[in-house]
Amino acid sequence: MSGHGSNSGSGHGGLGAYFVVFTALMVFTGLTLWAAYQHLGIWNTPVALGIATAKAVMVALIFMHLRSSPKLTVIVVSTSVVFLAFLILITLSDYLSRPWLPIYGK
Amino acid sequence: MADAHATGHVAHDAPPQLRHHFVDMEAQREASALGMWIFLVTEVLFFGGMFTAYVIYRAQYTRAFEGASNLLDLKLGAFNTVVLILSSLTMALAVWAGQQGRKNLIIAFLLATMLLGGVFLGVKAIEYTQKFQHHEVPGPHFVVPMDEETHQPLPRQSEMFFSLYFCMTGLHALHMVIGIGLLLWLVLRAQRGEFSVGYNTPVDMVGLYWHFVDIVWIYLFPLLYLLGRHTL
Repeated sequence: MSGHGSNSGSGHGGLGAYFVVFTALMVFTGLTLWAAYQHLGIWNTPVALGIATAKAVMVALIFMHLRSSPKLTVIVVSTSVVFLAFLILITLSDYLSRPWLPIYGK
Repeated sequence: MADAHATGHVAHDAPPQLRHHFVDMEAQREASALGMWIFLVTEVLFFGGMFTAYVIYRAQYTRAFEGASNLLDLKLGAFNTVVLILSSLTMALAVWAGQQGRKNLIIAFLLATMLLGGVFLGVKAIEYTQKFQHHEVPGPHFVVPMDEETHQPLPRQSEMFFSLYFCMTGLHALHMVIGIGLLLWLVLRAQRGEFSVGYNTPVDMVGLYWHFVDIVWIYLFPLLYLLGRHTL
């Protein structure tokens, strides 16, 4: 286990931060509800996903103590984002590019 | 722990929970946390398969998905979002109480988290019941719903949206049920006085799981409930 013995421990003294994050999560939930009714064209979904990602990052950093976790843990967590991006983007590149080619019975 | 003393490299005052292959409790806790995170990474990809299916079909049948999404009960969905975020707060507070070794506080926050999880599942049950009553559940009794904007029937693929809705929220709800079971297990262990300032890893790990389930909902809520609201 690299990184043990650092004084990180497990998010000590984070009681105030928990309530700040909770308040921010509530505000962002209201924000995403409001944004959903705005006519943003193609930007409705990116805005919704952006707000959701901001909320997820707050939960991970503070509630899940990622901020005070060893670097190894942060790297492991980051791989999930990378592989999820592979899964969605490579699959989409197939589906979205199929109409480009005149292949019978596709 | 008997063999821990036999190996000789463990301090005399080693806590009974320390396995002999770890140098100290901090190393053991970090190994547990890393293992839990790796499990959660596999969970991201488990849910990721469904998110991928959602992205592909939504890209192809946009209007069907928007129209079908508008038939979900936004008030109940938003209420559940608030309930789940609140439960994440009480879970974080339970972990904090665990670090302080305050037994009664741990139990109180764990019970609050279980209660909020139960409220979430209850609301979900109400929503599912409504879907059955409105014939919006995929299968032989599915009736293609009306588009609330154009008052024409929605495209046939609206059934696909509801299939994904039930699979994604169903899998999420299953995780909630498992989470409530884990919380009950923690309450029982806390009552036996098993957690202290020096040892609260199980509370910590279930906390990670619970927050992960919260994060999944943070994405499910806008993707399922909000995607078509701007067309209303």
